[in-house]
Amino acid sequence: MAKKLNMRKRYELLTRGLGWEPSYQSKDKVFAQEAYEGIKITDWSKWEDPFRLTADAYWKYQAEKDKKLYAVMDSFAQNNAHLNLADASYVNALKLFIQGVSPLEYAAHRNFARLARQFSGEGAQIACQMQSIDELRHAQTQIHTISHYNKHFHGMHDPFHMFDRVWYLSVPKSYFDDASAAGPFEYITSVSFSFEYLLTNLLFVPFMSGAAYNGDMATVTFGFSAQSDESRHMTLGLEIIKFLLEQHEDNLPIVQGWIDKHFWRAYRLLGLVAMMQDYFLPESPMSWKEGWQIYFVENAGALFNDLGRYGLKMPKYHEIATAEADHISHQVFGIFYNYIHAAAFNLGLPSEQKMNWLSEKYPDTFDKYYRPRMEMWAEMAKDGKRFFNMGLPQLCQVCQIPMGFTEIAKGDPMQVAYRVSEFKGEKFHTCSDGCKDIFDHEPEKYVNAWLPVHQIFQGNCGGAAVPDVLNWYHFHPEDGGDYAGSADEARWKAMKGAVTTESTETTKPIQADAA
Amino acid sequence: MAVKCIQGDYPSVHMDSVDRFHGNQLVYVGWDHHTSICTANAYPLPPEMPFGALTAAVLPSVLAPHPDFAHIDWSKVEWILDGQAFTPDMGKSLKENGVGHKSLIRFKTPGLNGYQGTGN
Repeated sequence: MAKKLNMRKRYELLTRGLGWEPSYQSKDKVFAQEAYEGIKITDWSKWEDPFRLTADAYWKYQAEKDKKLYAVMDSFAQNNAHLNLADASYVNALKLFIQGVSPLEYAAHRNFARLARQFSGEGAQIACQMQSIDELRHAQTQIHTISHYNKHFHGMHDPFHMFDRVWYLSVPKSYFDDASAAGPFEYITSVSFSFEYLLTNLLFVPFMSGAAYNGDMATVTFGFSAQSDESRHMTLGLEIIKFLLEQHEDNLPIVQGWIDKHFWRAYRLLGLVAMMQDYFLPESPMSWKEGWQIYFVENAGALFNDLGRYGLKMPKYHEIATAEADHISHQVFGIFYNYIHAAAFNLGLPSEQKMNWLSEKYPDTFDKYYRPRMEMWAEMAKDGKRFFNMGLPQLCQVCQIPMGFTEIAKGDPMQVAYRVSEFKGEKFHTCSDGCKDIFDHEPEKYVNAWLPVHQIFQGNCGGAAVPDVLNWYHFHPEDGGDYAGSADEARWKAMKGAVTTESTETTKPIQADAA
Repeated sequence: MAVKCIQGDYPSVHMDSVDRFHGNQLVYVGWDHHTSICTANAYPLPPEMPFGALTAAVLPSVLAPHPDFAHIDWSKVEWILDGQAFTPDMGKSLKENGVGHKSLIRFKTPGLNGYQGTGN
C-alpha cells in the first residue's frame, strides 16, 4: 500500500505536478492573455504560496467554519436576535453592505476563476481557484446572514439587480468592472494588492466592529468566518507583487502604475464606507480618520518601507487621501443627505451627541465646516423645508461619485474640485487629480463609462421622473428617505413595544406581507 | 497613452455623445463655495435656450431652497465657463454664449459665501 503523503508533498504535487507542456497548440495560444499587458514572467516555479493549501485541507477547514456560522445564524433567527440591536438605524450599514459589497464578492469569484484559467503557472492557478471559491462562499454567507434582516427591514430585497442599475452602486460596480476589463495581472494587482492588501481592513473592520458594537452577532460571525480567508487573500496580494517584481525589472513601472491607479479607485470607493462608519452606526467604535491612520498611514507606510527594496513607492496621491481623511466622511454624508430620496437606505442628521463625537474625532474640521452645515439643514427641516437636491448631480467620469469632493490640498476645502480632460472633441469631467490621471492614461476605456445620471437623461432608465427611475431600480417607496419617520423606524418601535397599536401587523416579517 | 489590447484597437464608444440626448446638450452648473448643495448639477438643455432662462428658471428649480439664493444680485455674479472668466449675454442662446455639450458653468456670488459664511 502506498505511503500516505504529507501535506507539503501533496501541495507540491498539486501545484507543480499537474501542469504539462501543450503539444496540440502553442503555449502562447493556450495562455493568450498572459503577455499582452507587458508583464514578463521568466519562471513560474518561483511562485511561492505560503499557505500551501491542498484541496482536501481546504474543504475540511471551510466545512468546519460553515457549520459554526450556520449554527449561529439559525440561533439568531430562532431567537429574533435582531431585537438585540442597539437601534434599527444600524441596519442601514447592512443595506449598504448587501447592496454594494456582496455583489463585489460575487464579481471577485468570477474573476479569480478567470485568472485560474489565464495564468500558466500551476501554483497561481490553484491559489486563484481557491480564492474564487472563497469569494463565492463569502457572497453566499453574506446573503444568508443578511436575509434574516431582509425579513424585518426594507431595502435588502434585490441587491444584485440594484447593483447593476443604481446611481450610487455604480461606484463599486465601475471599480470592479474596470479591474475585470483589464488583463489578469492588472486585475490581481488591483484586487489582491491595492484592494485586499492595502485597504481591506478599512472595509471590513468598520463593518465588523460596527456590528459587534451594535449587537449584530450574526454579521460578526460571518466576518470571523471570512477572516481567515481574507488573511490568505492578503498574503496572496503581497506575494504576487513580490513575485512580479522579482521576475523582471521591466515589470516595476507597470506594477507601480497599476498600484497608483487602483489605490486611488479603491480609496474613492471607500468614501461610502467612511460615511457609514461615521454616520450610520449608533455606537461607533472608531472614526474613519482613526482607521485611516492605523490601517493606511501606519500599516501601509511600513509595508512600502519593506517594498522599497524592489523600487516600489507609496501609491501616487496617498498624501491627498490622508489630507482628505478629515473631510471625506462628512462630504459623502452630504451627498447622500442631498439625494436620500433616491436611495434604498435611510439616514438622518446626526444627533447632538453624535455631533459632539464628530467634533472630538475631527477637531480641525467638524465644528468649522460641517457642524454649521448640519445646523443649517436642521433649521430648514424645522421650518418644514427639509433640503433635498431636486436636480441630478454631475458625476466623475472615473469613480462615478457625484462631484462633491473639494480642494483640500489647495487649502480651499469648501470649494468643489473640478478637473476636465478633452478626448476626441468631447469634455470629460473628473473629481480629482487622481481620477483625472486615470482617465488621461486610458481615455478610450473611460469614455465607455455608463454614467447613471447621463443614462437617465438619455431615457435608458425606466422614465424621466424620479419615481420611474426608482421603480426601474426595484426600489420600493419606503426604502429611502430620512430615518426619522421611515417605515423601518415605525417597525422597530412596534417591535420594541413602544407602539402598542397594530403591533402584530407591523412586526410580522415583511416577506409574509408580500406573500 | 492607449489601452493595451490582445488585438486591434480598444473598442471605444462615446456613451455620452451629444446625439444621444434628444436634441439637448448636457450643461453642468455649480455654485462656488456653497457645498451644502453637494455638487454641480447636470441639466439637459436645448442649445438654443437663452442664457437668461438658466438664472430665471433652471437654477431656481434646484438652488432656490438655499437661504442665500434669494439674495443673489445676478448683475454682480462672476461667471466661469469651462475654466475661463466670462460675461454671459442673457438674451443670447447657450450656444451663442459658447456653452457647449458638457460645458461646466461655475458662478461666484461675492458677499454670499454660504450659510454664515462657512462655504455651505
